[in-house]
Amino acid sequence: MANKILDTRKLFKMAMIFYAAILVIGIVMTVAFGVKLDINFSGGTRLSYTYEGKVSLSDVEKTVKEVVDRDFTVSENESIAGDTKTITISFAGNESLSTDSQISILDKLQETYKDNKFEEGQINAVAPTVAGAFLKKSLAAVALTAILVVIYVGIRFRKIGGVSAALTALCALVLDIMVSFFVCVIFRLQLDSNYIAVVLTILGYSLNDTIVIYDRVRENRKYHPELETRELVDLSISTVKTRNIVTTVTTISAVFVIILVAELFGLTTLRTFAIPMAFGLVSGCISSLFVSGPLWVFWREYRAKKEKK
Amino acid sequence: MKSKRTGKPVFFVVLILILALTFTAFFGIDNYYGDKREIYLKGAEDIRWGIDIQGGVEAIFSPAKGSDVSDADIEAVKELVSLRLVEKNITDNEIYCDTASGQVIVRFPWKAGESDFDAVATVNELATDAMIVFRKGTEETGDVILQGSADVKKAAVGIHPETGEYIVELTFTEQGRTKFANATASLVNSQISMWLDRNDPSKEEGDEDAVIHTFLSAPTVNERIDSDSCYIEGSYTAETAKELADQINSGKLPFSLKIDNIQVVSPTLGSNALEVMVYAGAIAFAIVCLIMIFRYRMNGFVAAIALLGQLAGTIACISGFFSSVNSFTLTIPGIAGMILSIGVGVDANVIAAERIRDEFKKGKTIDGAIDSGFKNSFSAIIDGNVTIVIVSLVLMGAFGSPDSFIAKIFSPVMSFFGTAVTGSIYSFGYTLLIGVIFNLIMGVFASKLMLKSVSQLKFLRKPWLYGGKKNG
Repeated sequence: MANKILDTRKLFKMAMIFYAAILVIGIVMTVAFGVKLDINFSGGTRLSYTYEGKVSLSDVEKTVKEVVDRDFTVSENESIAGDTKTITISFAGNESLSTDSQISILDKLQETYKDNKFEEGQINAVAPTVAGAFLKKSLAAVALTAILVVIYVGIRFRKIGGVSAALTALCALVLDIMVSFFVCVIFRLQLDSNYIAVVLTILGYSLNDTIVIYDRVRENRKYHPELETRELVDLSISTVKTRNIVTTVTTISAVFVIILVAELFGLTTLRTFAIPMAFGLVSGCISSLFVSGPLWVFWREYRAKKEKK
Repeated sequence: MKSKRTGKPVFFVVLILILALTFTAFFGIDNYYGDKREIYLKGAEDIRWGIDIQGGVEAIFSPAKGSDVSDADIEAVKELVSLRLVEKNITDNEIYCDTASGQVIVRFPWKAGESDFDAVATVNELATDAMIVFRKGTEETGDVILQGSADVKKAAVGIHPETGEYIVELTFTEQGRTKFANATASLVNSQISMWLDRNDPSKEEGDEDAVIHTFLSAPTVNERIDSDSCYIEGSYTAETAKELADQINSGKLPFSLKIDNIQVVSPTLGSNALEVMVYAGAIAFAIVCLIMIFRYRMNGFVAAIALLGQLAGTIACISGFFSSVNSFTLTIPGIAGMILSIGVGVDANVIAAERIRDEFKKGKTIDGAIDSGFKNSFSAIIDGNVTIVIVSLVLMGAFGSPDSFIAKIFSPVMSFFGTAVTGSIYSFGYTLLIGVIFNLIMGVFASKLMLKSVSQLKFLRKPWLYGGKKNG
């Protein structure tokens, strides 16, 4: 066979060093800078102001930033009849916005935009929209998915010990989630509800990658029954790696195009979606090639040794 | 190995079918009668985009009886409003609660000037409690016999067994059944009437016209009726019958809401968001196709056609292709679901193409290599796809409306964790599921047909086009 056989034990060690490095950097960054949450996760304060005429949202953003040094988003509203216009500034975070800051924001707006007649509108302190019930349910959904996947993989791959294979696949997924989370921290991205979709996408990819590898192991076991588990996995990963790399490169180029076009047109809000996605996909490729398979080999060898004794 | 050859025309038939699907899914079929647009098949422009991309409506509700409401009640309002939105296929929504003032701020997508969707009416429906009421006689002041969810367990659309017309079937609770039997016993040969009572969200509670009574039907009682169900007649269409059933089922808010104001919100991603997303998507798709064709030549070309078919199928299911089907709100998480399913589709084609290469290396002929290539790749593709289907079903079941079919399957597990309807996650699951189903049709079935057929064409019958050696 033309393909070189990889030594996945060595690659597993390298992958582990890579993940350990990300873990350390990520934890340091989290402690140093904290995690940025958007108003859906943390709750916060919404201030709205009515005005007349035209103002640019990005100018308003700069103006308010001069007065209050916190993260916020600005959006523009218009009454359905089209007669009054409103700007809503949403501050994320538990610490409430002091009355002083509220007054100084209004003063600053009125001073900067003299012709636009800014008036104070509604002020709301809002609770997180993504609340405890949602998180609990997410965990339940993750647990249920994990159980169903283990059952399915366990049945379909019973010839190669499917349940243990499924469990090591899930271990690899934990690493992928970790990478996507720390990427958000390192790039100072604000976690919003789209982040959950990003995590799910990465999980889907990574799981699919891992299953393709196990499929090869299952097939090679049939043709090469004489091989040890380690040789079998090394052979299978070596033959499947082209496919994993082509699929990942193709998908990541698509995600990079999205990042590029979005940055070009100033659609920077798409960053929180596309950047963790791109890194998570790379991690999914690495973890399914060099973590789940080798980890499964360790487990099988450990079991074999135990049975011998 | 014997294998039936696939005819040469098959490639062109599949190609034309996919192109036809793509064209109609993107552009729809419509006709203008003067100014009025008659839609036969909905195209991509009829997709309801999320607030982030297209902008939307913001409505602020406050309790009709003043701000003295409990946190638990506000939380219940939030859940119910969110559920009502998801049931209307408006999966993208933001609901903020201010527990101090009791105000609830709801945002959902809407395009200014959108004509076939009445934003104000939708906001009204969100805040409205509809209650089915049975009264003696035909006047709205008649004595109440039955009312609300205590007496009527559920409503569903049905078809009248004799006339074949649409009706709304009501199922009574135990208490409702007894009350109805007793009332009909004393009302033989006189009329009873059914009403839909709703609060008017623009009025304060206790105002004179705060409750709107809508007359539904007034049957004559022939005998005492002891049954756990009855139905409402009244020349309904499938849509109006469903609307009425949904209103009766929609649950009761813990306190009445009144609408403080309704506003139009600009897209949160920026005003050019939609345009940019479409550009980005088109370029990204083209890059994917180019990589596939560059690496796998004819296999890649066929894969590109199959991916186009998969994309078109997914879009058709989101736009609600047929004009009677509601369109689905497409948001960033929904697009993530599409990206994942396209990725899985790319993967299916990559796996097959790599396998065909391997077969050439073993010295097989074109037909042999394509045949066993697809055969060997089948199990990997199926196992990968089924796993993803499991993920998408759990997400749809856990975060969709609890009345949906999928949710009922998982309810023994999920009902422990309370209701948390989350449109964004539901829409991720939806686009993912649809995408994977189309991948199985296009990436597995159509790709194979096209490749086997096109390899029969004499001038394209060269091994290097399919992954073999140049002089093979």
